Amino acid sequence: MNCIVCIKQVPDAAEVKINPETNTLIREGVPSMINPFDVNAIEAAVQIREKLGGKVTVITMGPPQADAALREAVSMGADEGILISDKAFAGSDTWATSYTLSKAISKIGFDIILCGKQAIDGDTAQVGPEVAEFLDIPHVAFVKKIEEISEKSLVVHRHMDDGYDVVETPVPVLLTVTREINVPRLPSLKGKMAAKKAVIGKMDFAAIGAEEGKVGLKGSPTQVQNIFAPPVKGNRRMLEGPIEEQIKTLVDELRRLQCV
Amino acid sequence: MRIVIDKDKCTACGACIGSCPVSAIAMKDDKAVIDDFCNFCKACINACPEGAILEIKDEEAAPAADLSAYKGVWVFAEQREGKLVSVGLELLGEGRKLAEIRKAELCAVLLGATEAEAKELIAWGADKVYHAADPMLEKFNDEPYSQIFSLLINQYKPEIVLAGASALGRSFFPRVACKVNTGLTADCTALGIQEETGHLLQIRPAFGGNIMATILCPNDRPQMATVRPKVMKKGEYDAGRKGEIIKVPVSGLVSKTKVVEIVQESAEGIVNLHDVEVIVSGGRGLTDPKGFEMLKELAALLGGAVGASRAAVDEGWIPYRHQVGQTGKTVGPKIYIACGISGAVQHLVGMQSSDIIIAINKNPDAAIFSVATYGIVGDVYEVVPMLISKIKEVKG
Ligand SMILES: Cc1cc2nc3c(=O)[nH]c(=O)nc-3n(C[C@H](O)[C@H](O)[C@H](O)COP(=O)(O)OP(=O)(O)OC[C@H]3O[C@@H](n4cnc5c(N)ncnc54)[C@H](O)[C@@H]3O)c2cc1C
Ligand SMILES: Nc1ncnc2c1ncn2[C@@H]1O[C@H](COP(=O)(O)O)[C@@H](O)[C@H]1O
Repeated sequence: MNCIVCIKQVPDAAEVKINPETNTLIREGVPSMINPFDVNAIEAAVQIREKLGGKVTVITMGPPQADAALREAVSMGADEGILISDKAFAGSDTWATSYTLSKAISKIGFDIILCGKQAIDGDTAQVGPEVAEFLDIPHVAFVKKIEEISEKSLVVHRHMDDGYDVVETPVPVLLTVTREINVPRLPSLKGKMAAKKAVIGKMDFAAIGAEEGKVGLKGSPTQVQNIFAPPVKGNRRMLEGPIEEQIKTLVDELRRLQCV
Repeated sequence: MRIVIDKDKCTACGACIGSCPVSAIAMKDDKAVIDDFCNFCKACINACPEGAILEIKDEEAAPAADLSAYKGVWVFAEQREGKLVSVGLELLGEGRKLAEIRKAELCAVLLGATEAEAKELIAWGADKVYHAADPMLEKFNDEPYSQIFSLLINQYKPEIVLAGASALGRSFFPRVACKVNTGLTADCTALGIQEETGHLLQIRPAFGGNIMATILCPNDRPQMATVRPKVMKKGEYDAGRKGEIIKVPVSGLVSKTKVVEIVQESAEGIVNLHDVEVIVSGGRGLTDPKGFEMLKELAALLGGAVGASRAAVDEGWIPYRHQVGQTGKTVGPKIYIACGISGAVQHLVGMQSSDIIIAINKNPDAAIFSVATYGIVGDVYEVVPMLISKIKEVKG
C-alpha cells in the first residue's frame, strides 16, 4: 500500500505572541513547524505501512525552506520526501494549490493520499477534497478513526457536527484526518539519522507537467483584497473587591445579556 | 501582480515584518526583502510608514466567462436524516439581503428529504427550491452531492452560491468548486457586495481569528463561499409565502463511498460547540475530572455547553471534541467562561473572537486576563459554586 502524505509548513504558534494593543499576532522571527494535523496524517500513513507494507512518500508545495518539514517527516518514519517548489507557484489559493499537488501526485503514483483536516494558518480545509476532485478519486474528510483497512478498501469514522458517520470506501482514496485518529510518535534516533541523510526529491513547474495559467497567483480564482485587524471587543476589566461583589457584578451582566 | 520594495525609501524600521501574516518579510543588509511565502495580501503596503512598498499590477486578467450570464443567489439547504439543519436557514436570511442588493432571486438547493422540507424552505424565504430527491442523496456522500450540485450550477448559472461551513459543507463544496472551475472561500463570518463591481466580499478570519481577510473572486462565476454557522440571522418565517419547487431529475449518480452507519452523539450532555451561545471551559486548573461536573452544571444553567483546554483533554478528563483552540475547535459564542485556563496562544486563537470573555484564574498574571472582558482572580472551586448559587438565586 503506497501512501502519499501532503504536508504544509506553517508558523509555530507557540512562538507567536499577541500584541495586546492591536490584538494581532506578532510573527517576527517565528520558526516554522509541520501543520499539527499533518503530523497525524504522517503517523496514520506510517501505521498503514506497518500493517500492509508499501511506502510512505511525503510531499509539500512550498518555498525551499520547506525542505526542513520533509526531513522532519522522514524522522517520524516516512520513506521519502518530495519538495514541489517553483517561483511560478507563489501566491496560490486553494484551487491552484490543489491543482499543483494533484499534478505532482499523478506523477508519483499512490494507493491512499492523506492530508491534515486543515492548515492552521489559513484554516480552509479545502485542499484535501479539491486534490481528490482533480484526481477524480473519492475522499472522506475529517476522518477520526480507521476501523478496517485492506489492500482494496477501508472503513473509517468521519467526524460530523452531530456525531460521526461510518463510511466504507474503496482504494484509491484521499483521507483528511483529525487529531483524534492517533497519537503521533516522537522521532526515533534512527529516524533522525535517516532525516539528515535523506535525499529530498524536487519537482518544479516543468516536472509536474502543469498548464500555464493554472498555478500560482494567476491560476487562483480567489484573491485577498485586504487584511485587517479584527475589531477590538468591548472593555477589559478585572473585577475587584470582595468575591461576593464580583459575583454579583457578573451575574448582573449575565442578566443584562439575557443569559440568566 | 507583484509586491516590491523601493530600496531608496526603505528605512529598515521593520513595521512591515510585524504586519505580514505569513512571515514573508525579513531584513537583509538594512533593507526589507520579501520572500516566496508572500501571498500578495498587501498588509505590508498599509503598514509601511514610508510608502516604500508598492503593488505592481500585471495587465488585468480577462474574465474566463461572461460574468453577466450568472444571476441569482443560491443557498445549499443541508439536511441530516431528513431534517433541515439550522445553518441553511441562516443562509436564507443572509442570502435575502444579498439578493436584494443584486436585484435577483433567492434559491435553495435541497438534496434528499421530502417536499415538506422544500416547502419549509419557501416559508424561510426562498423564492425557488431546487429539490433533488433520490435514495442516493438521503445520506451524505461527497461524490453524488457534488455531481448533482455542479450540474445544477452549470444549467442555471447562479451568481453567488453559499453553504454552511459545517463538516458536510466543508467536505463537498470544495469538490463542487473544482468541478465548475471557480474559487471557494472557506468559513466566512461576514458577506457584502462591492458597490463598484458587484463582486461578493467574502470576509473571514484567518490565523485563528487574529486577522480578518476580505476575499474576492473577480474573474470567475459563481462566487462560492462556506459560511460559519450561527453568525448569520434567519429571516422571518412565513408559512403563507409563495414560492416554486422545481423537481430536479436525478439519474446516473455514482458514489464510490458508502455510509454504513450514522452515529448521532448529540444526546445527553454532548452539544455542538458551534451551536451554543455560552461555553464554559475548563483547564488544567481544575486539577481533577470532577471539576467538569461543576462546569456542566454552570453550563446547563446558562443554556450552554462545556469546552476545555488541550491540557484538560490530554489529562483525559474530557473527550477531544470539547477542545477549544488551534488544534481543537474555533468558537465565537456570546459568552465564553474560562475556568482554570492559563491562556496559551493556542487556546486564545480558538476563542478570542467570543463577544464576552469571563476568566477565572487564581494567578493574577495569567495571560487569559489579557483577553478577558471580566476577570476574577480566585480559586475555581470557590468562585464557580458561588456563581452557580447566585444564578440559581436570581432565577428563583
Ligand atoms: C501544536 C500545539 C497545538 C496546541 N493546540 C491547543 C489547542 O487547540 N487548545 C488548547 O487549549 N491548547 C493547545 N495547545 C496547548 C497550549 O500550549 C497549552 O499548553 C494549554 O492550552 C494549557 O492548558 P491550560 O490552560 O488548561 O493549562 P495550564 O497552562 O497548566 O494552566 C492552568 C491554569 O489554571 C490556573 N489554576 C490552577 N489551579 C487553579 C484553581 N484552583 N483555581 C483557578 N485557577 C487555577 C493556573 O494559574 C493556570 O493559569 C497546543 C500546543 C501545541 C504545541
Ligand atoms: N502547500 C501545501 N503542500 C502540501 N500539502 C498541503 C499544502 N497546503 C495544504 N496542504 C494539505 O491540505 C490540508 C488542508 O489545508 P488547507 O486547505 O490549507 O486548510 C493540509 O493539512 C495539508 O495536508
